[in-house]
Amino acid sequence: MTEHVKARKLFEGEITRKAILESFKKLGPLHMIKNPVMFTVYVGSILTTGLWLQALTGKGEAASGFIFAVSLWLWFTVIFANFAEAMAEGRGKAQADTLRKSRQEVKAKKLAKAEKDAKQTEILSGDLRKGDLILVEAGDFIAADGEAVVGIAMVDESAITGESAPVVRESGGDRSAVTGGTRVISDWLIVRVSSNPGESFLDRMISMVEGAKRQKTPNEIALNILLAALTIVFLIVCATLLPFSIYSVVASGAGKAVTVTVLAALFVCLAPTTIGGLLSAIGIAGMDRMIQANVIAMSGRAVEAAGDVDMLLLDKTGTITLGNRQATEFIPASDVDVKELAEAAQLSSLADETPEGRSIVVLAKEKYGLRGQEIHDLKATFVPFTAQTRMSGVDIGKRSIRKGAAESIEAYVKDQGGKYPEDVRRGVDSISRLGGTPLVVAQGKEVLGVIHLKDIVKGGIQERFAELRRMGIKTVMITGDNPLTAAAIAAEAGVDDFLAQATPEAKLKLIREAQAGGRLVAMAGDGTNDAPALAQADVAVAMNTGTQAAKEAGNMVDLDSNPTKLIEVVKIGKQLLMTRGSLTTFSIANDIAKYFAIIPAAFAVTYPELNALNIMRLATPQSAILSAVIFNAVIIVFLVPLALKGVKYRPASASHLLQRNFLVYGVGGLVVPFVGIKIIDLILVGLGLV
Amino acid sequence: MLKEIGTQLRLSILFVVVFTVLIGLIYPGISTLIGQTLFPRQAGGSLIEVNGKKVGSEIIGQPFDDAKYFWSRPSATSPYAYNAANSSGSNLGPTNPDFVNTVKGRVDALKKADPDNGAPVPMDLVTTSGSGLDPHISPAAAQYQVSRVAKVRSLSLTKVEELIAQNTDGRWLGFIGDPGVNVLKLNLALDSLK
Amino acid sequence: MTANQWMQIIAYFVVLLVLAIPLGSYMAKVYENKPFFLSKWFGWLEKLIYRVCGVKAKQEMDWKGYALAMLLFNIVGGLILYAMERLQASLPLNPAGQSAVPPDLAFNTAISFITNTNWQFYGGETTMSYFTQMAGLAVHNFLCAASGMATLMALIRGVIRKETKFLGNFWVDMTRGTLYILLPLSLSFTVILIQQGCPQTFANTATATLVQPTSYDQPVTNAQGAPVTGKDGKPQMTHVTVTEQPISLGPVASQEAIKMLGTNGGGYFNVNSAHPYENPTPFTDFLELLAILLIPAALCFTFGAMVKDSRQGWAILAAMFLLLAPMMYLCGQQEQSGNPLLNKLTVGAHGEALGDGNMEGKETRFGIAGSIIWASVTTAASNGSVNSMHDSFTPLGGLVPMWMIMLGEVSFGGVGSGLYGMLAFVILAVFVAGLMVGRTPEYLGKKIQTYEMKMASIMILIPPLLVLVCTAVAVATGGAGTNNPGAHGFSELLYAFDSQSNNNGSAFAGLSGNTLYDLMGGAAMWFGRFWLAIPVLAMAGSLAQKKVVPESAGTLPTHTVLFVVMLTSTVIIVGALTFFPALALGPIVEHLKMIHP
Repeated sequence: MTEHVKARKLFEGEITRKAILESFKKLGPLHMIKNPVMFTVYVGSILTTGLWLQALTGKGEAASGFIFAVSLWLWFTVIFANFAEAMAEGRGKAQADTLRKSRQEVKAKKLAKAEKDAKQTEILSGDLRKGDLILVEAGDFIAADGEAVVGIAMVDESAITGESAPVVRESGGDRSAVTGGTRVISDWLIVRVSSNPGESFLDRMISMVEGAKRQKTPNEIALNILLAALTIVFLIVCATLLPFSIYSVVASGAGKAVTVTVLAALFVCLAPTTIGGLLSAIGIAGMDRMIQANVIAMSGRAVEAAGDVDMLLLDKTGTITLGNRQATEFIPASDVDVKELAEAAQLSSLADETPEGRSIVVLAKEKYGLRGQEIHDLKATFVPFTAQTRMSGVDIGKRSIRKGAAESIEAYVKDQGGKYPEDVRRGVDSISRLGGTPLVVAQGKEVLGVIHLKDIVKGGIQERFAELRRMGIKTVMITGDNPLTAAAIAAEAGVDDFLAQATPEAKLKLIREAQAGGRLVAMAGDGTNDAPALAQADVAVAMNTGTQAAKEAGNMVDLDSNPTKLIEVVKIGKQLLMTRGSLTTFSIANDIAKYFAIIPAAFAVTYPELNALNIMRLATPQSAILSAVIFNAVIIVFLVPLALKGVKYRPASASHLLQRNFLVYGVGGLVVPFVGIKIIDLILVGLGLV
Repeated sequence: MLKEIGTQLRLSILFVVVFTVLIGLIYPGISTLIGQTLFPRQAGGSLIEVNGKKVGSEIIGQPFDDAKYFWSRPSATSPYAYNAANSSGSNLGPTNPDFVNTVKGRVDALKKADPDNGAPVPMDLVTTSGSGLDPHISPAAAQYQVSRVAKVRSLSLTKVEELIAQNTDGRWLGFIGDPGVNVLKLNLALDSLK
Repeated sequence: MTANQWMQIIAYFVVLLVLAIPLGSYMAKVYENKPFFLSKWFGWLEKLIYRVCGVKAKQEMDWKGYALAMLLFNIVGGLILYAMERLQASLPLNPAGQSAVPPDLAFNTAISFITNTNWQFYGGETTMSYFTQMAGLAVHNFLCAASGMATLMALIRGVIRKETKFLGNFWVDMTRGTLYILLPLSLSFTVILIQQGCPQTFANTATATLVQPTSYDQPVTNAQGAPVTGKDGKPQMTHVTVTEQPISLGPVASQEAIKMLGTNGGGYFNVNSAHPYENPTPFTDFLELLAILLIPAALCFTFGAMVKDSRQGWAILAAMFLLLAPMMYLCGQQEQSGNPLLNKLTVGAHGEALGDGNMEGKETRFGIAGSIIWASVTTAASNGSVNSMHDSFTPLGGLVPMWMIMLGEVSFGGVGSGLYGMLAFVILAVFVAGLMVGRTPEYLGKKIQTYEMKMASIMILIPPLLVLVCTAVAVATGGAGTNNPGAHGFSELLYAFDSQSNNNGSAFAGLSGNTLYDLMGGAAMWFGRFWLAIPVLAMAGSLAQKKVVPESAGTLPTHTVLFVVMLTSTVIIVGALTFFPALALGPIVEHLKMIHP
């Protein structure tokens, strides 16, 4: 994977500076009300500020210094939460800016019709509309996303993918999509523009990472409901505490009722501000991590769905196996020497530029020390593969060597009056059974033997599938091979299931059936014929090199065009949910300690006995309340890195993950504030502030 | 929708009526029939008759504060103790000063009735029961009163202890619940000794 | 606590389990409409009821239809009960000549009995006629229990069915639940209770001649009924000698049985199961205790059987037990240690002797163990009957029943309502836990999404809000009617609205009712019951329409020890965070004051 957008340092100076500024700008009520939890804190801050002003006039309910301190830290709580969000957005923006640099306004040559010599008009890229035709020649930037309709060209797409090697783009077929901002380096293309300004890929990508168009995802909404419910509970707890306190003063005949300042402080401490403040930052950071993996998600919903995926459809070629088959063995016919077969096979493949052909040359050289010879030196004629003969080979003088599929060679030999040996037939069968491709070599009318061409399963892929299985994700290999071959490769790679002789219809059917069974399906695809399946899949990663149709149908685009990326995508999705869940647990567990700090302090004058609950032995009621409020604010800042990076994810079963996160964030969340509040109390006392 | 509400409303009314007949009349009717047939004494309240006169129920306590009787636990029923037509607990909280003072008064009364007894006063003998009709006192509470009753009645300690044993209801299966001495039955037994 | 007390506790839970398992699978058969022996015998009666009422038994309802039937039925039942109370003077079976129940009390009591609360701002033997008790209150003991179970069944069907909107037929569930579960259990239990000494008679109050006449002082009143003050300014008293003991009787046993089995708890007598006629022996005490938790515990097994995964039922039962057991211990330990203020009076042996410990408000035959098991069990379940007076418990001993109610009646809880309340917490726990493992949360294959979270949040939100707001109103209006001063008075008010909002019905019974409390409590009981039942049905409707996600290693298992711990902590944390301040101002500070006077 190319690290195109580099993982940024967590707190880059520039971003941090801007975020600080931004956190103040976000204090407007219209922005604040979007986050109900923080909005209540915001109201609390305004309320306590009012109480402070009242205290300044000498009619306050408590010492103005204390009210000021509480009020100040409530404001900090709000600002810190804004800061977290601004940081996440800032990091997104920084990436967007990098992207944007590649996309200055360029001039485009608009054509009247799809012919190179049609009438041209110069037009700015910003004025291009969907359906316009433009001519792009060597050295030109492609002005907009689109589809090549005429021509073939080499295109430098490094601005988008980070891949330095240019790629071929040609009209028709699966390599016709071009992306705005990339540059043609040879030849020319006529491109039909496929998006209006502001809707191009880059635009979408930029707006996604900036968080401008971020909509709340389903899980986020559900979590927000829970947080809102908790906030209401705590609001009522604190509000009813006032009459309770007044009654207690009468009942015990001592002290005075709890102040509104203390109740506001208690409320802010109890409300789930930690998760509430970090929630949007977590969401933005999730998108951000996708971008860092060079995947653009079309929506946050897609990122979240990735975590839920429980079935992965993976194309065999390129994902599970190396792109091409390789020769692994020469099996000679009974009366033929293996060296003779190897030599003939090598000769027949010298001019064969396909990877299979090259692998035969290499195998012969490595195993039998046969050095490849130059085809020119041999004065040989190369016979290329045609669909009719289904063979290729070479003629050197009188020697005519052919290699090809078993049936073709059989027909070829029998035509010349030769016979097709039984042991070769057996060899062919056994190779097929093993999932390999047999290639029979003949010289004249004599069959020399079989070459075993094999799909090479990528190194380490088995472990990855085992990992996925532990995560509860089923893997299905999709291949055009016959079932026998498919089964053999599936077994070797360790996938759970396979779909052989896959047609687009079969893929679509497979996805629909899985979904009807309640599964969430992810797949990667690039061709136009993948589009229906991509559209049906819950998480559909289109390859950037794929067709426009595939990209439109998917909900993510992988800029590296690496189908293995699906696994990465799933992890990022899971990490996003885990971060939310863990911080929610942490936030709620924190409240216990805060009660032990605030309750004895709040009722110290009415019921001094309650000091028995002051198990942290905080110095004074004021220091106890302030320490809790300060802890509550500061913890947000401390957790910003976690929110941005996400909690650590290791592939493991659900119960294992729960155990770990429950211990770390649940039990940890219970203990940490006891320590934290005590330390802050000691500092406050040490500084003589209380 | 309105029609649906109408249908369900009609069903609701019929349902309540049908079940009131079934559960409200037939069920208690059958229960009473079975009870009166199989266990007429218990179903009628386990009343005790002495010489043709109802003197109480085996399982409902009565007030005693005469030195010759075993005293029952204090009762919080009103207007007088052990009013079995108005069961009630004291509902006094544990830290209520009135409660602590009342208990102190009961301790003093017990000690006054039996000045020679130096044993600690059993807790149940100075606290009210939940029902105000508790027929029992703990064996310890009975033991505490043995010497007083024996002295007033000029009986031997063993005789009194024997009667206590006869009128003690044990635990179920030997371990469920607490044993209790039935005060009314014990006092009736004492009276019948004459 | 003593060894004997431990043995009683252990025996209790073991026998409970032994009885609950078979009952659970039996109930699954009842609600899955499978044939069984009782349906063969009484099938005709079931069909007759359908014919008389016009129930179309085969016709299933969607959630709205189910909720509509449930609500209408309860409203109609409440109105009829209200009318019965108001008219009891002119109705039959009123040998003691009870007059009409005042409107506010009748309102409170009617709601109390249709919501499975059985809160009683009245004394049974002094207020209600035999007819009201039997044909009114006891009938609703059955029907509201059946209604709770029916609601639960709709939810379970929502969990197990897929891609449908139908949840069953409310009337069929009501009929079968009453006919095949509650009636046979009650009838058998009634017979045992009578044998042990519970009266079952229509005879009027008996009168016995006291063995030793007693006397009391009565304030003198003038013709208007106002007390007369003497020359010294004190009220004038006359000495009254009492020679007879009136003994209230009635059809007690038949009502007692359903009161315990249906987690109703509304006593025939004022002091409920502390009364020797309601609970005559340690044996009946043990049986009645079992009856409190029997159906709620068995429903866990019914749930396991219906979702075809008995481990799920066990997990929920385990969580319920974990919520209850430590609290039972705390209660026992506090009550056995007794009241230090009394211990100072050279009272008691200060050890573990019989009749020792805090015996105020407790019956001798039950002792400390029988009383504390009851106090914690009756509040864990939403039974609310008492066999000892919670008001007179030590502060922390009394905190236990209060706290068990505060948990939202989900540790066993009411028949039906306890389990559906717990399932709301399960959904909450699954949601947070699900996020922690990186997947959209799901329970038993059903995805937990926005709608379910909304409904579960409402269910978890409503009861604490009712408790806190009602208590706040009560204290803000002066907190009248408390029987004890200081923090304990606050506890009485808190307990009252805690109990009513959560449909428990037990009390710190020193609190006396007034019109405000009657009306506010009635509203709290109503909302506490139906604002939970309706979201349950809505959630059931939404769940039923979902697909079932197949289980895999990525699925969060909801039957493991870890999940049980997670669920238990969720319930405790929600309860603690909501009520810690209130508890601090009530029982906690009273305890601290008591030990450091």
